[in-house]
Amino acid sequence: MEWETVIGLEIHAQLATRSKIFSGSSTAYGAEPNTQANLIDLGYPGVLPVLNAEAVRLAAKFGLAIGATVSRRSIFARKNYFYPDLPKGYQISQYELPIVEQGSLTIRLDDGTEKVIGITRAHLEEDAGKSLHENLGDATGIDLNRAGTPLLEIVSEPDMRSAREAATYMRAIHQLVRYLDICDGNMQEGSFRCDANVSVRPSGEAKLGTRAELKNLNSFRFIEKAIEYEIERQIDIIEGGGKVVQETRLYDSDRDETRSMRSKEEAHDYRYFPDPDLLPVELDDAFIKEVEAELPELPWIKAQRFAEEFGLRRDDIDILTASRATADYFEAVAATLGDDPKLAANWVVGELSGALNRDGLEIEASRVPPHALGELLQRIKDGTISGKIAKEVFEAMWNGEGTADEIIENKGLKQITDRDAIEQLVDVTLSTSAEQVQQYRDGNQKVLGFFVGQVMKASQGKANPKQVNEILRQKLSDEAE
Amino acid sequence: MARQTLAQMSGALATGETTSRALTEAALGRIDGGDSELNSFINVCADEALAAADAADQRRAAGDAGPLTGIPIAHKDIFCTAGVPTTCGSRMLQDFVPPYDATVVRRLAAAGVVTVGKTNMDEFAMGSSNETSYFGVVRNPWDPDRSPGGSSGGSAAAVAAGLVVAATGTDTGGSIRQPAALTGITGVKPTYGRVSRYGMIAFASSLDQAGVLTVTAEDAAMLLQAMAGFDPHDSTSADAPVPDYVTALGEDLAGKRIGVPGEFFDDGLDAECAAAVRDALAVLEGMGATIQEISLPNIGLSVPTYYIVAPAEASSNLSRYDGVRFGYRHADAADLEEMYKLTRKEGFGAEVKRRIMTGTYVLSAGYYDAYYLQAQKARQLIAADFRRAFESVDIVAGPTAPTPAFRLGEKTDDPVQMYLNDIYTIGANLAGLPGASLPCGLVNGLPVGLQLIGPAFGEAAVLNIAHQYQQATDWHLAEPGA
Amino acid sequence: MALSRQDVEHIAHLARLEVSEDEIADYVAKLSSILDMVAQLGETDTTGVEPMAHPLDMAQRLRPDDVTESDQREFFQRNSADVAHGLYRVPRVIE
Ligand SMILES: [Mg+2]
Ligand SMILES: [Zn+2]
Repeated sequence: MEWETVIGLEIHAQLATRSKIFSGSSTAYGAEPNTQANLIDLGYPGVLPVLNAEAVRLAAKFGLAIGATVSRRSIFARKNYFYPDLPKGYQISQYELPIVEQGSLTIRLDDGTEKVIGITRAHLEEDAGKSLHENLGDATGIDLNRAGTPLLEIVSEPDMRSAREAATYMRAIHQLVRYLDICDGNMQEGSFRCDANVSVRPSGEAKLGTRAELKNLNSFRFIEKAIEYEIERQIDIIEGGGKVVQETRLYDSDRDETRSMRSKEEAHDYRYFPDPDLLPVELDDAFIKEVEAELPELPWIKAQRFAEEFGLRRDDIDILTASRATADYFEAVAATLGDDPKLAANWVVGELSGALNRDGLEIEASRVPPHALGELLQRIKDGTISGKIAKEVFEAMWNGEGTADEIIENKGLKQITDRDAIEQLVDVTLSTSAEQVQQYRDGNQKVLGFFVGQVMKASQGKANPKQVNEILRQKLSDEAE
Repeated sequence: MARQTLAQMSGALATGETTSRALTEAALGRIDGGDSELNSFINVCADEALAAADAADQRRAAGDAGPLTGIPIAHKDIFCTAGVPTTCGSRMLQDFVPPYDATVVRRLAAAGVVTVGKTNMDEFAMGSSNETSYFGVVRNPWDPDRSPGGSSGGSAAAVAAGLVVAATGTDTGGSIRQPAALTGITGVKPTYGRVSRYGMIAFASSLDQAGVLTVTAEDAAMLLQAMAGFDPHDSTSADAPVPDYVTALGEDLAGKRIGVPGEFFDDGLDAECAAAVRDALAVLEGMGATIQEISLPNIGLSVPTYYIVAPAEASSNLSRYDGVRFGYRHADAADLEEMYKLTRKEGFGAEVKRRIMTGTYVLSAGYYDAYYLQAQKARQLIAADFRRAFESVDIVAGPTAPTPAFRLGEKTDDPVQMYLNDIYTIGANLAGLPGASLPCGLVNGLPVGLQLIGPAFGEAAVLNIAHQYQQATDWHLAEPGA
Repeated sequence: MALSRQDVEHIAHLARLEVSEDEIADYVAKLSSILDMVAQLGETDTTGVEPMAHPLDMAQRLRPDDVTESDQREFFQRNSADVAHGLYRVPRVIE
């Protein structure tokens, strides 16, 4: 039987505020346990929540970016359940009237086609704390520093049909929240997390199958692997005559499998009701306009512009627009260069990305700033150095040895364009390669490349390759006469 | 010695006739001597009080005193007091020491008020008789076999007995007004949002409101002045100017329209109480007010509505008592679930658990719409009745409670009978309106309360009418055992 | 409306309250009578009535995004029954 997979994602993006959603505690990562948990975060008797304006603004920004309705009126509700990392015994979240409703995001699939993924809603809520099990013997320790951190939960429609699509969508949301500067996207620190609802059904069937919710998918690679495993598991069950049960499953990346969360098996009854400590959040047109004006150029618009303005290839555009910082870097290099965006693109996608990856650096921390790279590329264009030598110069720049011009000067890398000097090198090469000269005369034009290589080598790469070619052809044809 | 009023104390402090130290020592002495029978205090903080009294006297000497500087009062033990145990009448918080002051406490302290102790109350303010406190029942100073009402019963008993001149209270369904009525004192519950709830331990967040229990309406106006106003720590605090309540007391009653809902004089109302309330209305009429029969057609829904909304909110508010970060904890549970269940079983009393159970049920899957949502709609109908009424009247008046103080134990076995005690007071909570109860007579030697309900943020009008009534009558001066 | 013993057990579990055998009967009786009392609401016609979640007709006020708190862990943890290494300690949670 043919099976169709149906996937919807719930992504939790931690909003980049300084303080918590309902208290003035810091949201900074990595503090000593419980040193950033005040009375409100601890759920002390008598305390009350007051909403952080910035959390609202960042959520609205997201809503506008995905073409959603930013609700003029949204409501906070309580989601009631007991868990030691949930101090009040309820999570303040949005339920019936979320701040963002009905948007969408277009993703580009591997085959180059585009697909629109519906985004049902995005709501504001507070994060819970963390349970720790180390060094406490037979006990669990609770750290509430994270409790009350603002989250935007982004809920998609069940529009994805493969693990790959799900990962692509997750990447696109990740890219977007970073473009918008509303979330730092750090998955190791838990700032960007994903749960996947996965089900399978016979192809052509309209009714959805029973779904499992996969938790703990904190990397793009894991989400793909976990969903793939889960699809297999569900198909095996159904084909074996069994029934998939609706449950929460945890992805274990060490064993590459999903397993049932026993402790959460009991049916939940969250008893949602409007939080009486908070009033409806009302946003007016002026506020929406203000947030709209703050929107940066969005990734898909930037990509389109790069195609139109610079005539770049789609693959390069994808890399150059992956983050705002990369795109900005590229544009700065291209601007220094004036009229050769492709050269700038090649270098950012090639040498620069390679060096950043090698050293594990973000582009913001690049050891070669865009104007410096632009100067280097200028030297290729004006013939001072060859592209090959430029790579050597780039390495030296990366290692902090100076500007492009300083390095070219100090290392004597300036291209040899003096005709006499090149002729001398050509002569030496031809006189020591009698065999190849004979082959060339016998009509094997390919040997020319060999001669070029030898001359370049003799010049330590500095000879102008165009001139070398020209002189070689001339000399060889002279000799033939 | 006759019971003093806060205004009298304030005057005596201003003229130098007395000092805060003297007043505070006297209050502590009265509590020491008179409270063993009443049990109106859970905790007396003599050292802190005397230090605060000395500070108030110094402040006065420095010329920096206000009308409340140096006045000793008591706080209901629902208000968090930094460094002073705050129990909320529960075993759950028996050893709880708040790291912070409630806004009400902070504001009164800033005005120079001295806190002599924390008063007894129904556990988590859930009760109408002060019999659910973990720290024992409170007795009515008019008759020790009778209830002082609840949940602010400790505050009411302490003021009625003259132990302190005033005390704070909270009113979620009548918890200031009903005990004030049953102990013969003045109790005022302001508009929802008028006084900050920050630091007031939550029972039902959309209904809870802090207020005062005093001898006179004037005293209430003076205290409320210092308590009321916007608080950035409470999202439900109204950012609206607070009028001068004391100045507003001077308006005469000519032309004031008083609406009397027929529904308040139902079969459940004790006939003699009804007569006392009618007499009070006649007094107001005699002072120039017009009395109008009005109808609040949906007011009969208020008890069932309240007993869905309040327990629902309470069940959620009380989930934080899990033994982890503060409060009672069952020490040797085998696992987490057992720790939760035994902590909460042992930490909460029967009435609190009953309300948590009720609230959990009405919010649970399959019942939410039928109970909780329906109650929210009924609440709208009740609020709309009041809105309509205030289009034609300035104030609504009627009885505070259906009977005078009932006997301790009389209603403890039947929660529904107990809940019906709040029948006249709950409407104001559901609609968020200001209300007051003032003494208006004695039935079989027990006080009867007249209730006044004002439009939203109309506490000045409520206080004014109450004060005018007290200028013409002296029921507020009647004292137990006098 | 009469509650069953199973209802009581289920609610008690949701509310994390231990109920002993003899308490169950008492809960069944008292909660049922409370539910009977509130049942009259079901007979009220509320068609088209906007549910009232709150007495205040106001919008939520927003707070500036400022960090106003500093570490008071030691002070706050004095109220906790069981603390170790700065963590609140509970019986082991199995995931
Ligand atoms: Mg979710
Ligand atoms: Zn969530």
